[in-house]
Amino acid sequence: MAETVSSAPGGHGAHAGETRRDFLYLATAAAGAVGAAAVAWPFIASMNPAADTLALATIDVDLAAIQVGQSITVTWRGKPVFIRHRTAEEIATARAVPVSDLKDPQTDEARVQKAQWLVMVGICTHLGCVPGGQKTSDVKGDYSGWFCPCHGSHYDTSGRIRKGPAPTNLLVPDYRFTNDTSIRIG
Amino acid sequence: MTSVQWKNPVVRWVDSRFPVFSWLHHEYNEYPMPRNCNYLWSFGAISMVMLVTMILTGLFLAMHYTASTTTAFTSVERIMRDVNYGWLIRYVHMNGASFFFIAVYIHIFRGLYYGSYKQPREILWMIGVVIMLLMMATAFMGYVLPWGQMSFWGATVITNLFSAIPLVGEAIVTWLWGGFSVDNATLNRFFALHFVTPFVIFGVVVLHVAALHAPGVGSNNPRGIDMKGPQDAVPFNPYMTVKDSFAIVLFLIVFLGFTFYVPNYLGHPDNYIPANPLVTPPHIVPEWYFLPFYAILRAINFNVLFIDAKLGGVIAMFGAIAVLFVLPFIDRHPVRSARYRPLYRKFFWILVANVIVLGWVGAKPAEQPYVAIGQVATFWYFFHFLVILPWLNFVERPDPLPTSIAEPVLKGGGRLAAGAATAKPMEKA
Repeated sequence: MAETVSSAPGGHGAHAGETRRDFLYLATAAAGAVGAAAVAWPFIASMNPAADTLALATIDVDLAAIQVGQSITVTWRGKPVFIRHRTAEEIATARAVPVSDLKDPQTDEARVQKAQWLVMVGICTHLGCVPGGQKTSDVKGDYSGWFCPCHGSHYDTSGRIRKGPAPTNLLVPDYRFTNDTSIRIG
Repeated sequence: MTSVQWKNPVVRWVDSRFPVFSWLHHEYNEYPMPRNCNYLWSFGAISMVMLVTMILTGLFLAMHYTASTTTAFTSVERIMRDVNYGWLIRYVHMNGASFFFIAVYIHIFRGLYYGSYKQPREILWMIGVVIMLLMMATAFMGYVLPWGQMSFWGATVITNLFSAIPLVGEAIVTWLWGGFSVDNATLNRFFALHFVTPFVIFGVVVLHVAALHAPGVGSNNPRGIDMKGPQDAVPFNPYMTVKDSFAIVLFLIVFLGFTFYVPNYLGHPDNYIPANPLVTPPHIVPEWYFLPFYAILRAINFNVLFIDAKLGGVIAMFGAIAVLFVLPFIDRHPVRSARYRPLYRKFFWILVANVIVLGWVGAKPAEQPYVAIGQVATFWYFFHFLVILPWLNFVERPDPLPTSIAEPVLKGGGRLAAGAATAKPMEKA
């Protein structure tokens, strides 16, 4: 055994011995790093949304009672969702805008499933404030849609960013019509 | 370290096995302080008193507070109305946060004026910047706990800053929240973190003090020259213990004056409205001690190359602190104290005024002319650290330095030790 593990520094066998020791150091360090990551992962993952939080991620909304030109706000995943029954004029305005004029180019058709129903998350894409414009008395901004008072972002009647610091359009969540007058969000 | 012969046999027995009495004697009794330190040197001790005040009041508040979105707001109101002396403990904690920042900001500006970050105190200063960052995180999370409108929307805006990070931003924000918005999971973890971070701060403060008391370091002084010998120093006790105690009492008078007479002056009335995730207050402002940084965040409202405005603002805000962290390597002028740097002294006061302007802009809505003023002030902040200070390294001719600390104090240095009268800038004692 003493023959195989040379401990004489600088001796003929030293090079082979050091190489093997280096390997053991590296292997130990690698195993330690993997182990540390394995220990850290459950703690980090525990901070992600829990199963019950995820389970609340779907809601059904009945649209039958919403009149033309009226908006409602529902809560989905703790966030406001704006649902607007748009007027023909609002739809026409939104569709008349050339896509090249937009900061975040997107056609109105791509943002709705049925032209009169606009469904989107009511969170400003800048820093998360709730824009005004749901009530008739609210300030609706320069494009008659929604206006965020925090840092002055203006959204049009399709919820697209037109002016101000927000980088993107108001988010359209995943939703589908379960029948003609109700939707399931999430 | 001179060994002390303790008279009490119990003390002697303990000290020979675990020399805690000798350590305390060395660090807080005989520890030599420059004899010319003014009252600005008391703000370290004042900050320590505030940290202990915050930990103590916070501990007792935690016995009554409940971290749940349905009960957090009412539990705070219960503390105010029903818990014995709850109003006192909460108002001390609430105003204590502000006065802790006042003390620390004065402490930092003192360091800037007298060059306390320069060789050999670079690490001492960098540990201090870490303490400031930890304090900011702690104060931010603490402000969320009462679950008022400003709590909720402040938390929403600040956590959304992380969504500016490319690719992983949204995932990080969801992870921070533990959900899809600031909600119960967020409040719970903020409470847990707000409870533990003060003890982390305490630990880093121990490192800060250890770095100060390290051999060959010690306290800076208004002249920014090293102590040459015992004639330049006074023992910490009783000179500094008495002086610091007096400063602490004066500071506490102002602090408690606010606490008793205008306890909500430094807060925002909207935080007495329970949090409502569906209604954003028309005008969100952070606590006053974050206003200069908030102004820097909002100043970047334009894209810089491939960096969009949102990410640019976040980079600028964190950059404003990062630049302090590397300050010892930017300002390499050999003279420490602004007293002997006529140019730096002027730019120092311009910087102070600039930071006050930033704070004022941070409290205003994001409209003109405030946005433009904020942009100019943000530019100047970085220009000061990244251009003016390196430029002064080359061009500033300092006024003549005194030969020792004792010489100007004792008018001609009557009691100077032999051979101790020649001092050069940054020379080791």
